[in-house]
Amino acid sequence: MTSRDVITLSVLLGVAVFLDVALIWGPTLASVLLSFTSWDGLSPIKPIGTRNYHAIFETYPLFWPAARHNLLWLAFLGLVATPLGLLLAVLLDKQIRFTRFYQSALFLPVVLSLAIVGFISQLVFSRDYGALNSVLGRGAHPVDWLGDPHLNIWVMMVAASWRHVGYVMILYLAGLKAVDQSLKESAAIDGANEVQTFFRVTFPTLRPVNIIVLVITVIEALRAFDIVYVVNSGRNGLELLSVLVFDNIVGEASRIGFGSALAVILFVICLGFIVVYLSRILRQEDQ
Amino acid sequence: MAQYPAGQSPAPSTVGHPSRRAVLRGSTLAAGAVTLPGLLAACGGGAGGDAGDKTVSFGSNHSDPVDKAAMEASLKAYEAKSGKTVKINTVSHNDFQTNISRYLQGNPDDVFSWFAGNRMQFFAKKGLAADISDIWQGFDGFTPALKAASTGEDNKQYFVPFYYYPWAVFYRKSVWQQRGYQAPKTWDEYRALAARMKSDGLIPISLGDKDGWPAMGTFDYIDMRLNGYDFHISLMAGKEDWTGPKVKGVFDTWKSILAYTQEAPNGRTWQEAANTLVNKQAGMHTLGMFVGQQFKPEELDDLDYFPYPVIDPANGQDAVEAPIDGFMVSKKAKNLAGAKDLMKFLAGPQAEDAFLKVFPSNVACHAKADTASYNALQKKAVELVSGAKHISQFMDRDTRPDFAQTVMIPAIQQFLGNPNDVDNILRSIEAQKKTIFAAE
Repeated sequence: MTSRDVITLSVLLGVAVFLDVALIWGPTLASVLLSFTSWDGLSPIKPIGTRNYHAIFETYPLFWPAARHNLLWLAFLGLVATPLGLLLAVLLDKQIRFTRFYQSALFLPVVLSLAIVGFISQLVFSRDYGALNSVLGRGAHPVDWLGDPHLNIWVMMVAASWRHVGYVMILYLAGLKAVDQSLKESAAIDGANEVQTFFRVTFPTLRPVNIIVLVITVIEALRAFDIVYVVNSGRNGLELLSVLVFDNIVGEASRIGFGSALAVILFVICLGFIVVYLSRILRQEDQ
Repeated sequence: MAQYPAGQSPAPSTVGHPSRRAVLRGSTLAAGAVTLPGLLAACGGGAGGDAGDKTVSFGSNHSDPVDKAAMEASLKAYEAKSGKTVKINTVSHNDFQTNISRYLQGNPDDVFSWFAGNRMQFFAKKGLAADISDIWQGFDGFTPALKAASTGEDNKQYFVPFYYYPWAVFYRKSVWQQRGYQAPKTWDEYRALAARMKSDGLIPISLGDKDGWPAMGTFDYIDMRLNGYDFHISLMAGKEDWTGPKVKGVFDTWKSILAYTQEAPNGRTWQEAANTLVNKQAGMHTLGMFVGQQFKPEELDDLDYFPYPVIDPANGQDAVEAPIDGFMVSKKAKNLAGAKDLMKFLAGPQAEDAFLKVFPSNVACHAKADTASYNALQKKAVELVSGAKHISQFMDRDTRPDFAQTVMIPAIQQFLGNPNDVDNILRSIEAQKKTIFAAE
C-alpha cells in the first residue's frame, strides 16, 4: 500500500469503524461486561460472576416463557405469515382485476407502527368493549382475547402478522415483477404445470428476495416489543425477551446487571441465526 | 440490534491483506478506548440550568389536567406570598417515575414530587436527596406517623408529606339502598354480602389488574388483616418466608372471594373495572380514593366506602393503606436555600388548601388544613386515617421497586389467572426474593 492508500483507507474506514464501535460494539461489550455485575445505576458496580445467569435460568419464572414466546413468534411469522405474504404476492402478480386496490389494502397496515397495531388490536379484542366479541355475538360469555395467557400470544401474533404479511407481499411482488417471463414460458412449453413452474423456476430466481425476507422475519420476531408492551406491558402470557430486558433495566427497578444478562442471551440467540445464515451464504458463494 | 456489523466483520481466513487488517484492528481499539468513557459520561445528563436566588425549580409529576392545575395553584400561592419565582417542570406521571434514577443523577430540579415510604428511603440512602431535618424542626401539624413516613433509615427527614388517599372498598349508595345491603364488618359478612349480590345478578367485587398494581391493594389488606401490620412490613422488607403458612393463608383467604370477583381481571384496566361500579353492574370495588375520577361530579355524592373487613379480630382494622404523596429536595439542588424555603411553605396548610380546592380527591396531611370544604368522602377518609394505628403505603412503595415490578406483578397476575397453583407461585417468589434482596 502506498501512503496515500493508507490515508484514504484510514479516513474512509476510520469514520465507519468509529461509528460502528461507538454506537454498536461499545454498548454491546458494555452489556456483556455489565451482565456479570450487580448494579442499580446508582451504587458502585459490584462484580458477581455468573450469578445473574444462574438466577435467570433457575429462578426467574418469566425467562423460559419469554424465550418460548420469541421462538413461537419466529415460527409463526416464518411458517404462517411469510408464506401467506408470498401467496398473496403470487395471486396479485397474475394481473387480476382491482389488483392495485388489493395491493394498497394489504399494504396499508405496513405504514402503521406496531405500537399503533397494538392500540387497534385492543379496540378489536378487548373482552368487555372489543368489536370481535360483539361480532361473534359472545356478549354473555365473552372470550378474554387479551387477558387469557393461553390465548393472547396467538392474538398478538395474528395482529403482528396483519402487518408482516403486507410487508412480505410487497417485497415478493417486486421480486416477481423482475422474474424473466421467458423462463416461465419455456417451462410451460416443456410441459410444467403452474405449481411446478412456481417451485422449480420462479421460486429459485427469487433467491435474493428470499434472503431479505428471511432476515426481516428473524429480526421482526426477535425484536417484537412495542405491540405487546402497548397491550399489557408484556405481562401475563405476553412475555418476550425484549420486554424482560426493558422491564429490568428501565424504570424504577434498575436491575441493570440482570437486565444486561437477559440482553446478552437475546444477542446470542440473534447471533445464532445470523451465523447459520451467513455461513450458508458464504459457502454458496464459494461454490 | 447488532446483527449487521456482526455480519460485516470478515472471518479471519477470508481476509487477504494483513496490513489492512492491522489498520482495522488498530483503529477499532483506539476508537473503543476513546468512545466508551465518552458514552458513559454522556449518560449523566444535560447542561446546567441557571437558578438565581429568586428562582426555585420544581420537578412535578402532577401531569393530569386537574392535578396539574391544582399544583400550579398551590405554587402560585407561594409566589404571591414570597415574591419568588417557581419554575415548574411537569413530566407525565409514569415517565417521571420511570426516569427518576437518571433524573436525580443528571440535572434535577431543586424540589421534586415523590412518594413516602421505601421509595423515599431508597433515594435518601443513595445520597440523591438532601437532608431537610433542620426545617422539619419547625414543622407543626404532622402526626408522628407522618413524620415516620418522611424519615430515612438514618433517622433524618428527607420528605414533606402533602396529601394522601386511603384505599377501601367502594360502593354506590343508591344501589345498596335499593337492595338493602349493609356494610360488612367481618370477612364472613363480606362473603355473605358478596354471595347475595351474586344471586341478585350483580358482579359482587369488580377488579381490573391489567396494569399489574391494582390487585396489590387487595393483597396488602388481606395480609394486614390476617397477619398484622408488622408482619406485612417485615414481609415487604424481604425478611419473611413467602412459602410459610402465613403468606399461604393470605392467598387461601383471597381465593375464598375469587368466586365473587369479576372474571378475567388480567385483561381489564382499573378504569374499566371502576366503570362497572359507575354503571351499577358491580356491587363493590377495592381501590384508592382516586376511583372518584371515574364518576361524574354530580354522581360523586353517591359514592361511599367501608374499611376493609376484619379477618383476624386480633388485628381488627388497625391498619389503613393510605399512600402519601409529597416532595423532596434533590442533593444537587442549585438553590438549596430557596428549595428549603419552598418546602417550608409546602409543609404548611395554605399550600394544601390551594391544591385541594382544585383537586378534591385527596386528603391533606397537615392538621390545620381547611377541612370545612371537604366532601363526604374526604371527611370519612380523615376519620379512617386518624383512627388508624398503622398506615401502610401500598406494596410498590413498601418494598423494593424491582421486587414489586419484576416479581410481584407477574406473580399476582399468575395467581388471578390460575388460583390453584399457589404453592408454585410462592416458591418462585421466595427464590426470586433471595436473589433480589441479596443484591443489596
